[in-house]
Amino acid sequence: MLYFSKLRIISVIIFTIIFSYFAFSNFIKFDDKFFSKNINLGLDLQGGSYLLLEIDNQPVITQKLQAKIIELKRYFKEKEISLKNFSLKENTILFEASDNEFENVKNILNDKKSDINAYYQQYKSHEFDVSENGNFFNLTYSRYGLVLLKNSSLDQAIEIVRRRVDEVGTNEPNILKRGNDRILVELPGLDDPNRIKSLLGKTANLTFQFISQNNEESFGTEKLSFEDGSRDAIVGKRIILSGDNLIDAKPTMNTETNETVVSFSLDRVGAKKFGRATSTGVGKQLAIVLDGKIISAPTIREPIISGSGQISGGFTFQSATDLALLLRSGALPAPLNIIEERTVGPDLGQDSIDAGILSLIIGFLLVILFMIYKYRTFGLIANLALVSNLFLLIGILTLFEATLTLPGIAGIILTVGMAVDANVLIFERIKEETKNEKNPIIAFDAGYTKSRTTILDANITTLIAAFILFFMGSGPVKGFSVTLGVGILTTLFSVYFIARLLTSFYVVRNKEKEQLL
Amino acid sequence: MTNISFNKFYRQFNVLSLILIAVSLVFLIFKGLNYGVDFKGGTLIELRATDKTNNISLIRDSFNQMNLGDVSVKKFGNETDFIVKFEKQNSNDPEFIKNIQNKLSSSIGDVEFRRVENVGPKVSSELLKSGIIAISLSLAAMLLYIWIRFEWQFSLGAILAIFHDVIITLGIFSIFSLEINLSIVAAVLTIVGYSMNDTVVIFDRVRENLRKYSDIKIFDLTNISINETLSRTIITSVTTLLALLSIYFFGGEILKGFSLAMILGVIFGTYSSIYIANPILVSLNVSQRTIVKEEKD
Repeated sequence: MLYFSKLRIISVIIFTIIFSYFAFSNFIKFDDKFFSKNINLGLDLQGGSYLLLEIDNQPVITQKLQAKIIELKRYFKEKEISLKNFSLKENTILFEASDNEFENVKNILNDKKSDINAYYQQYKSHEFDVSENGNFFNLTYSRYGLVLLKNSSLDQAIEIVRRRVDEVGTNEPNILKRGNDRILVELPGLDDPNRIKSLLGKTANLTFQFISQNNEESFGTEKLSFEDGSRDAIVGKRIILSGDNLIDAKPTMNTETNETVVSFSLDRVGAKKFGRATSTGVGKQLAIVLDGKIISAPTIREPIISGSGQISGGFTFQSATDLALLLRSGALPAPLNIIEERTVGPDLGQDSIDAGILSLIIGFLLVILFMIYKYRTFGLIANLALVSNLFLLIGILTLFEATLTLPGIAGIILTVGMAVDANVLIFERIKEETKNEKNPIIAFDAGYTKSRTTILDANITTLIAAFILFFMGSGPVKGFSVTLGVGILTTLFSVYFIARLLTSFYVVRNKEKEQLL
Repeated sequence: MTNISFNKFYRQFNVLSLILIAVSLVFLIFKGLNYGVDFKGGTLIELRATDKTNNISLIRDSFNQMNLGDVSVKKFGNETDFIVKFEKQNSNDPEFIKNIQNKLSSSIGDVEFRRVENVGPKVSSELLKSGIIAISLSLAAMLLYIWIRFEWQFSLGAILAIFHDVIITLGIFSIFSLEINLSIVAAVLTIVGYSMNDTVVIFDRVRENLRKYSDIKIFDLTNISINETLSRTIITSVTTLLALLSIYFFGGEILKGFSLAMILGVIFGTYSSIYIANPILVSLNVSQRTIVKEEKD
């Protein structure tokens, strides 16, 4: 066990130097791109926001079902089958078929080639589950129908979220899907998440609708309130133009009124629609509605055919900028709720780094002093192994550009405390062996061999715990499992290669001395 | 090598452990754990006040006026730092935190929000579930590992020792109403690993000695094994504790609970390897036959 070939010695040294180099590259700037890697600091250390957003798909589902009813009506009308009593209750479409057409309708709905109730070959399932109740059919989304709907609304939403976050211009945001109705947004280094939160919290559904002349709510109109909550207005349900037709929006100053406004330009189709509506509606009030609230309702003085216009509504420059940003990035398919937020200010992050490093240094020194007190020369060897262990650990984390969190730093400190265990097991074993064996080389050899299974056993148990944490834990805790797990591997390396190499040098040179350990 | 008669006190310490476990269980069942926002849902704000005259009751009063449900305010390290926790978590209103900050500034002067954690009820119950799964999985994995490596008598001893450590550590958290959050789950998993590690080292020695001495009864054999590994046990617990104490005292407020849980875990883990794991081998009457039979299979 104490014999090392030259090749082995050289590879151990090279290996250690390379990883120490990586460890130092965190503190010193290297020109070479490959070596100038850095450990990523977690949000808890560099400050920033972690937001978990959940899509509220209910409006999408209702909307899709309403559209489906229209589609069903048209489809069966073409087939000259008359259905009646269509209604929508608790996400279920209900309709009635006459006795003699009942079977026919049923077959159409359950047909695998049906084009009204799509069949997904890959899931072996229809879009809708069909059940009957008397002469009534009940259509509800099947599990996979719902999955597809959620996935498509998630895909849309994540795109819009990305655009909005990019427009605000934070550094290296991380936007990821979580499951089929959640989006994770990580915004490192962000000082104040409030602006992004309020931008992500808005659906930004923009519509232009005429204000009704009647003061009573009736079929085809709806009552909406103004953004500032000052009053209500009856608005026609017909949508003249929606945000989809916008190609650009930016905050500008209206030189006549000296007011900040959002000016927008429309695509060709939008410009045409807008031109037609404004020429027939001169003198009427056109409500500009955002997410069900009226921003403003200017009176049309002349037809607008240029395809551009302005929205006024008592904006500050900031709120006009935000509205323009929302309009440019497009509407979310459904509202997003922030179901989890974790924000750490940059000050606290720096304080945590300082405290983490301080406790690492103190912990490290205490362990080193204790080992020297306990084992003298061999304590020094164990400590050299410990130092290189620390370099290796930080080097590997740097090489893989792992994310270091505050619990991760705690994991490094804990590794320092537990890493000496393997060397202690070996040294204690050697002490026992020396009692019966006078030749120190044989005694040292036996010490290493006999303690090996115990050391493996002991480290595997901690490795298991680290593994489970890695797969089950989230965020900062995951960082802890990474340093703890990698720490075990570097510990074994430093004990079996570095410490053993040093031990063998020492023992071979001093084999004549009594009581080496 | 030391020669301490650990085995003389097996019975007494077993009774003590049983009492500690019983007390812990009573507290865990009737008082329960003090879950933080991670597992209970709600909002946590770590704030730093610019005005040094602010005190807990002033801050509590201004939060109470905002209608946020149960509010708790605690000092957090510095004189001007406070941790505020309350039940309400508003996922529909992105301005929720901003509004609180504005209201607070007008009532107690400028405050800096150093940390905000806002966890909805759905997420918190998921986190709790995955925390429980993680701990159960790790126990199962340890059981599997030791079952493969050792005979069943040893597995039982090691697993009971782990349960002992986890229950008592959680019991202490319950008694002193210390907060349970995500990092405590990490700490518990590490305790499980450490306790196992410690037990395995002694068990390895017991098994080795069983092969070596056929005429020594298990009662004395465990004592020999404990003594033979004692200096390692002490040195490793000391270095681990030195590292953990350094985190506890210098690692900042956020890591206090985390390191405390592990300090407790290391102390009980070391104790249980000696006084839980070994007496179980004795009461199961493990002998040379136990391991020889296994090796023949």
